[in-house]
Amino acid sequence: MKSRRTTELVLLVCAWALGILGTLQVGWATGEGTPPRLWITISAVALIALAMHVVVRFRAKYADPIMLPVGTLLTILGLIMIYRLDVADARRAELNNAPLPTPDVYSQLTWFAIAGILFCGVFVLLQDHRRLQRYTFTFGLIGLVLMVLPLAPIIGTTVNGATLWIRVGDFSFQPAEIAKILITIFFAGYLVKTRDSLALVRTKVLGIGLPRPKDLGPIVIAWFISLGVLIFQRDLGTSVLFFGLFVSMLYIATQRRSWLIIGFFLFLGGAYFAYENFGHVQARVTVWLDPWSYADTTGYQIVQSIYGLANGGILGAGLGQGFPNLVPFASTDFIVAALGEELGVTGIFVILLLYAILIERGLRTAITCRDGFGQLLAAGLSITFALQVFVIIGGVTGLIPLTGLTTPFLSYGGSSLIANWVILALLLRISDRSRRPDLSKVSPDDAMTQVVPRVNQS
Amino acid sequence: MTRQIRRLSFVFGLLLLALLANVTLIQVINAGDYRSRPGNQRVLLAEYDRERGPILVASDSVARSLETGNTLTYLRNYNNGPLFAPITGFYSLVYGATGLERTENRILNGKAGIFTVDRVQQLVSGRQPVGGAVTTTINAAAQKAAFKGLKGKRGAVVAIEPATGRILASVQMPSFDPNRLSSHNPSDIREYYNELESDPEKPLLNRPIVSLNPPGSTFKVVVASAALASGRFTADSLLPGPKTYQLPNSSKKLRNWTGRKCGPEGKVTLRQALAISCNTAFAWLGNELGAAAIRDQAEAFGFNSGFDIPLRAATSLFPQDPDAPQTALSAIGQFEVRATALQMAMVAASIGNSGRTMNPYLVQEIRGPDLSILQTTEPSQFEDALKPSNSLSLTEMLVNVVENGTGSNARIAGVRVAGKTGTAQTGNDSPSVAWFISFAPAAAPKVAVAVVIEESGFAEVSGNGLAAPIAKEVMEAVLGS
Repeated sequence: MKSRRTTELVLLVCAWALGILGTLQVGWATGEGTPPRLWITISAVALIALAMHVVVRFRAKYADPIMLPVGTLLTILGLIMIYRLDVADARRAELNNAPLPTPDVYSQLTWFAIAGILFCGVFVLLQDHRRLQRYTFTFGLIGLVLMVLPLAPIIGTTVNGATLWIRVGDFSFQPAEIAKILITIFFAGYLVKTRDSLALVRTKVLGIGLPRPKDLGPIVIAWFISLGVLIFQRDLGTSVLFFGLFVSMLYIATQRRSWLIIGFFLFLGGAYFAYENFGHVQARVTVWLDPWSYADTTGYQIVQSIYGLANGGILGAGLGQGFPNLVPFASTDFIVAALGEELGVTGIFVILLLYAILIERGLRTAITCRDGFGQLLAAGLSITFALQVFVIIGGVTGLIPLTGLTTPFLSYGGSSLIANWVILALLLRISDRSRRPDLSKVSPDDAMTQVVPRVNQS
Repeated sequence: MTRQIRRLSFVFGLLLLALLANVTLIQVINAGDYRSRPGNQRVLLAEYDRERGPILVASDSVARSLETGNTLTYLRNYNNGPLFAPITGFYSLVYGATGLERTENRILNGKAGIFTVDRVQQLVSGRQPVGGAVTTTINAAAQKAAFKGLKGKRGAVVAIEPATGRILASVQMPSFDPNRLSSHNPSDIREYYNELESDPEKPLLNRPIVSLNPPGSTFKVVVASAALASGRFTADSLLPGPKTYQLPNSSKKLRNWTGRKCGPEGKVTLRQALAISCNTAFAWLGNELGAAAIRDQAEAFGFNSGFDIPLRAATSLFPQDPDAPQTALSAIGQFEVRATALQMAMVAASIGNSGRTMNPYLVQEIRGPDLSILQTTEPSQFEDALKPSNSLSLTEMLVNVVENGTGSNARIAGVRVAGKTGTAQTGNDSPSVAWFISFAPAAAPKVAVAVVIEESGFAEVSGNGLAAPIAKEVMEAVLGS
């Protein structure tokens, strides 16, 4: 197996160059001219990407070469769109003689730098992903605490009806994003230990083996936690993500379809319960079924999103030439609508395929991983990407009811960006191990038998 | 576990397909429907986001885009809206565009091929195109004089520069305020539009070029032209001008508007018949010449042709196959003869221009966003309507109308004015239409005018009483500027 680090570098340079073109186009198309501090921003992005590349080159030589450039390109696309929305906000403020808003793009860039540091930190601190397994329950506990932290007095903050923020001074954070990683590690560690008993079958109904009733414990607990998130934090997205992740990992670990079926029915039950009892869930479903009747009220966002996408058409209005700022929360939840308006269906296809590549690479890492924990962890982390992308993009385009989730790498927001880059680091860490040549089976015909000196060293 | 992961990735593949299909549905298949939904501001925003070029009268803009400071970046503003409405038209969110706003849309919004170089730059830079400017042929003084003259009446005025066909004035009354149709408030726009639509006086009608009226006695100028062209008549030829004219094959008789015979012996020269607007003489003359000859003459002046100035003017009509009584009535501008003010101004202009009918036009220049001239309209001839000698003779007859005949109110001190009055009945009991057509100075005219006043009253004198003073004001405005 070749290390392919040069491929990674070339792809990173391509992503970076695309970023420069996009930024310039926004500046020119909006009449702002060449963006201020262009050299600083593009140098910063280049530095962050290069640092990540160098760390991977030295600390995880055999890691997958595609995932880092894909993550970088998505982050850059997000930065461009955030910059573009900054321009629109500034213009509007100017016209209304309001004070100029602080541009978001610089804080997002700062978050990208922090994400880059944490990304590198993962490789420096974590030689082998299997070490994470030792702290399975510690991570699980911390994850749980992080999830309920926004409910704590003083630091917990409710934004737009959802309680998923903590705020200390000027600093606010969405702990559920980090909890997502810790809980995935916990699921992987827990399931790799208990999968044998969870896979035991006592009875068969319609050819499907049912688990023992006493083994239903974990899934029921996960179900209650999901409902708790929904009820107390009003966070539909995280709730669905959490439960979907657990059921998928349970299925992979136990190799039993029955868990999928049980999970599905629990989900239906929970969804029905939530729909019947919670106005905010009911409202989401009503708007999803017929957004046009609520175009001026609760359906405004989704209707504006669809208008924006329609305005984009096949090739898009062109960066800087649409009206993405008409959609509320264009830079966070609705960034895909903004990108779809200005880059068209072509742009959305590209973005979706970038995600597909990322997820496919992650799942491939899981398949080729040699240990059960690593397999489950890689699969779980990839699944968080997949579920998140489907739930938020499906919501924004009206395919499924809208739930608040960030779009991985694209959305404005530090917690989300950091969490996704840490996930990417973990996936690369695992892939380095699974792609690393098995030293006992080195083929003399392999052109890349550069491993010989290392054999001597060891 | 590998198999489960593969199965899950297959499921994710299906979810991906669902997302792809859904965005394709929105952005490609249903996009047109979403774009045209009334609540969708984006299409409007896109139009109002770019600076639309101005429409200019001389160097003053009569229509321009103003920056507003709200989400609809530009607002269309019409300086002196009702005055120039028949030229600019309006530019509405709800009802689209009319007038030059419509015909010159691609110039004004900067998308015309003439801007190719700029567009390549815009494509590279992604910048919004900036519109070009349209300079009209309108003479502001003449336009204002006509508007002032029409106040309180219903009608239209068109003034043309005879040598070129440039339209110097095109005025209607009642008019409308294009500002109120071009605002950013759809409900206001609808309300005002409905008000205009339900107004029986039809202010939205572009009267100068669209409204068709029987030209009445002003059409005698066309018949006189045909008479001279036939070679059988001169200004001094004697025509029978009895008190009444027995319409051939009919029991009906045609009367002179004075109720008397024209000339002491019931005979009158062509010059005098025109000066006193003798109906019986022209009815007789019409049948002497025949419908075909009159039609040929009328068509040489522009009847039965459509003109794009570039606004589409209604086609003025001379009937295809009138019988003898109908020909007699047609010869005095009744029956099915219909003309726009533009057409009658063209008749006057052609006679003043040695018989050369010019194509009328409203757009003088097309300018780029930097106001550099990109294109200038060159005058073009429509047809030769008269031999120069006949046009001279006819001009003398028309000067006689103003100096000694029915057109006394068009006299201008120190300037020889050629003109002809007219009054036409639009139905048996319906009010008349008063006309006046003229040009000045007679020898080398700078301006030809047609004034039409609808519902003017019942007397022939109304052409001189109501229309001629307006024509005079317009001619003076052009000659003075």
